[in-house]
Amino acid sequence: MSNISNTHERAGGNLTAQALREGFFAGLVSLGLFVLFVGLETTQNIRNELVLNQRWGLLAIFVIVAAVGRFLSVAYLRPWLAARKAAAAAKPAEGEESFFKRNFSKIAIVALIFYPPIMVMLFGVQGSLKWVDNFGIQILIYVMLAWGLNIVVGLAGLLDLGYVAFYAVGAYSYALLSQQFGFSFWILLPLAGILAAFWGMILGFPVLRLKGDYLAIVTLAFGEIIRLVLINWTEVTRGTFGVSGIPKASVFGIWSFDVSAPNNFAKAFDLPMSSAYYKIFLFYLILALALLTAYVTIRLRRMPIGRAWEALREDEIACRSLGINTVTTKLTAFSIGAMFGGFAGSFFAVRQGFVSPESFVFLESAIILAIVVLGGMGSLVGIAVAAAVMVGGTELLREMTFLKQIFGPDFTPELYRMLIFGLAMVTVMVWKPRGFVGSREPTAFLRERKAVSGNFTKEGHG
Amino acid sequence: MALGANTVATNTMTNDPILKVEHLSMRFGGLMAINDLSFEAQRGEITALIGPNGAGKTTVFNCVTGFYKPTMGMITMRQKAGKEFLLERMADFEITRDAKVARTFQNIRLFSGLTVLENLLVAQHNMLMKASGYTILGLLGLPAYKHASAESIEIAKHWLEKAHLIERADDPAGDLPYGAQRRLEIARAMCTGPEFLCLDEPAAGLNPRESLALNELLRSIRKDSGTSILLIEHDMSVVMEISDHVVVLEYGQKISDGTPDHVKNDPKVIAAYLGVEDDEVEEVIEEIEVIAESEGTEGGSH
Amino acid sequence: MEYFVQQLVNGLTLGSIYGLIAIGYTMVYGIIGMINFAHGDIFMLGGFAALIIFLVLTSVFVGLPVVLLLLVMIAAAMLTASLWNWTIEKVAYRPLRGSFRLAPLITAIGMSIALSNFIQVTQGPRNKPIPPLVSSVYNVFGISISLKQLIIMLLTVILLTTFWYIVNKTSLGRAQRATEQDRKMAALLGIDVDRTISVTFIMGASLAAVAGTMYLMYYGVTVFTDGFIPGVKAFTAAVLGGIGSLPGAVLGGLLIGLIESLWSAYFTIDYKDVATFSILAIVLIFKPSGILGRPEVEKV
Repeated sequence: MSNISNTHERAGGNLTAQALREGFFAGLVSLGLFVLFVGLETTQNIRNELVLNQRWGLLAIFVIVAAVGRFLSVAYLRPWLAARKAAAAAKPAEGEESFFKRNFSKIAIVALIFYPPIMVMLFGVQGSLKWVDNFGIQILIYVMLAWGLNIVVGLAGLLDLGYVAFYAVGAYSYALLSQQFGFSFWILLPLAGILAAFWGMILGFPVLRLKGDYLAIVTLAFGEIIRLVLINWTEVTRGTFGVSGIPKASVFGIWSFDVSAPNNFAKAFDLPMSSAYYKIFLFYLILALALLTAYVTIRLRRMPIGRAWEALREDEIACRSLGINTVTTKLTAFSIGAMFGGFAGSFFAVRQGFVSPESFVFLESAIILAIVVLGGMGSLVGIAVAAAVMVGGTELLREMTFLKQIFGPDFTPELYRMLIFGLAMVTVMVWKPRGFVGSREPTAFLRERKAVSGNFTKEGHG
Repeated sequence: MALGANTVATNTMTNDPILKVEHLSMRFGGLMAINDLSFEAQRGEITALIGPNGAGKTTVFNCVTGFYKPTMGMITMRQKAGKEFLLERMADFEITRDAKVARTFQNIRLFSGLTVLENLLVAQHNMLMKASGYTILGLLGLPAYKHASAESIEIAKHWLEKAHLIERADDPAGDLPYGAQRRLEIARAMCTGPEFLCLDEPAAGLNPRESLALNELLRSIRKDSGTSILLIEHDMSVVMEISDHVVVLEYGQKISDGTPDHVKNDPKVIAAYLGVEDDEVEEVIEEIEVIAESEGTEGGSH
Repeated sequence: MEYFVQQLVNGLTLGSIYGLIAIGYTMVYGIIGMINFAHGDIFMLGGFAALIIFLVLTSVFVGLPVVLLLLVMIAAAMLTASLWNWTIEKVAYRPLRGSFRLAPLITAIGMSIALSNFIQVTQGPRNKPIPPLVSSVYNVFGISISLKQLIIMLLTVILLTTFWYIVNKTSLGRAQRATEQDRKMAALLGIDVDRTISVTFIMGASLAAVAGTMYLMYYGVTVFTDGFIPGVKAFTAAVLGGIGSLPGAVLGGLLIGLIESLWSAYFTIDYKDVATFSILAIVLIFKPSGILGRPEVEKV
């Protein structure tokens, strides 16, 4: 990594020599890194004592892969990349974007609307469950959360590491209020949003004086506080056991998904009983919620408040000099972001039928933030793509049962899910530091709408 | 020049101060940055605040615009309609929003990732906020906001034309050359609809052509919108050419106050500037001489 | 009273560990302005390295003196953690230096996730208990101080002194401080900035590794998720003390340790982390740059 610049000048044999040297060095370093953790394994024996298991073969594989990989990268990959870059620079920039690229969001929405029926057609009613639920709904929840957080981080430039707190507030609001008072989902959805927004204000108000990383750590602290309270306040939240038996949502009260209900959806349409209908309904529900988030974000960006958020991200002092009340501006960003988190939370509760503090750990906040940054801060399309790649990609690992045939029956690909997720975060960020979509769409224009290059936009300090 | 001189004469007679600074003091720890400073800026005039480096000019600015809270003293802003504001008691953003005082910064502070047009729209935030019913009505797509929005673009266009930036309206502000950024910052400040405009070294780092364009912009601001201007400036040619009234600071105290002619002949001012480090001395003397000569040939009205 | 002093001792022990980790956060923040989120996992990695070396030594040489055992464990942990942190900096942070501020934060979070899961995958998800290394307890005026606690505090003092000496008295420390103040200028003056930053990561990792070894010795158990909570607390300590300030990190660490043990002793253990985080929030609200941090002057 360190001497990218001087590889260009070296040619032929010199390059091979260098690649050999670096490959050897990489092997040495990886030997140091992995000798203890890969070469040896700590396991419990029958008497519950720790004993060591030796895995020198595996270690050798690690070291060889590192050395050969480094060698190939220095000797072949890098010169090839450099050549390609030079070729790309020499070629004139492409004029018109393709039809697909221009209308990407419209095509994507249409595709999503037809996604469940297509899955039903391909895999049957029962078989579609996995694809609609594990992939469709799961990804869309993260899309919605990331779009919500995008208002705070991407637009207003306030680094929030505790976003999951509002998700938790929304989920518990629905779980507890529906059980206590029997309110329906359609009443509690807006209520959960309002409660989360209210919490956003309460938490936001004291911390908005803080800047940058101080704000980050305090939001992280608040996220943890809310989780710890959920764990420990057992009389209300039932602690780590969580709240179960959360009622299902209905189609606006017309059709129910309870098996015993007279207005059951499947009965009403004379369909065979299946939980797939409920999942498909939930899919459209979260799709609608996510699109609402996107719609509101797009509208708000063209309104004074949205412009003030972006201005705040660029330069807070200049904002104040223009008569903008930065405190209320930050608070609105915080609470509107929180509100969407709350919506997503109540959806989550309805989908799972069960909530527990386990679901609202810091890792969730980190994943949501990562999606926002990986997507390109402020860009809705980029964020949606990032969510699909990161969440969908790791979900796919669960499906890779064929790997068992290669690595033996003990191999569980799920185990590697988060490891790969973490490494993917690093790789994508190093490859595209500005995220998938680095440029910014202006909110108003006189003659033509020109995207603003990411080199000009700032990331905020608040 | 003659025009400037005339306005001075008429306005000093009516004596209608838009800004009154009385006994202003500002202390940073042990350092007295401003010490018992009093001066007035007249309505419709361009008042210049000059002085050697470290004289406390920017501190005065920051006190007037609310970025610093003065240790002592009173700053009164009187609007055209007669409403008075005690600026030292107001938060920075309230001073712009309510008292109608706008400012620019010494080290330009543009929203570099927003386009030139967007920069000017952000400046109209408060007007647009009201028109959008604090976002709620605008979100519903009511016509009142659409109307206001179109109007705000017209206002922006007006200032873009004045600042010769209309061609670059859709480019990111960070992409503009330095001189254009300066003009954009002034245009942006004007979009807040100020009665009083504070400019912190607007000509710093400009080449002669850009400097000329700036002078033109400032004159037209005063003439067309009736906005009074307070400016800090190092470039003596700018100060002498466009200002009606000059206040000279040294070590946080006022050493001279009057018309440009009066100030430049004030021995205290000359001493203060000669006291400046070697490299600036010659420059200052030269400038003073050049200006004196040109004034002399015009016959000087005072 | 005795109970109080007892809790004080417990708190200081815990605080020493937090302080050692916090220094790594604060140094990295000082020198490149990023929150190294993976630092907590470097601490965990150090603990695991010590654990594995412990198992190797006890299975190969029976009856090794405890002092030697501990020293080898610490050395191995320091080496391994340093190598990891050095590599991570080179691979995940250096390419992003000078780019977008949030990018290295995200890679750091990614690294943190990857590291803890790497250990989970290679070493298994279960708790790893070890037999007690040192178990003597002394009774001083009715207060029981274990040898473990004494070792931890003594080691912390020694390390901090060495560390203070390096930062303040050596040319390496001067290079670090210069790089911290103004990286470009430091480079112009002939300081090898890349190397200085690498060394900073190595130093931070070494201290975290010692903390990891101590943590393992103190609690006698470690698990792959152990990086997160101590990591967040140490980071909290760094911020509480004023991020970028070395004495602040130690002070913050000790304070967090004390808050935690006193709160658990007098109130309820369930809410000890809530207390820690609440105090952090309150301190920052009233003193936004931490206890010993230089207040950030807002230049207009």
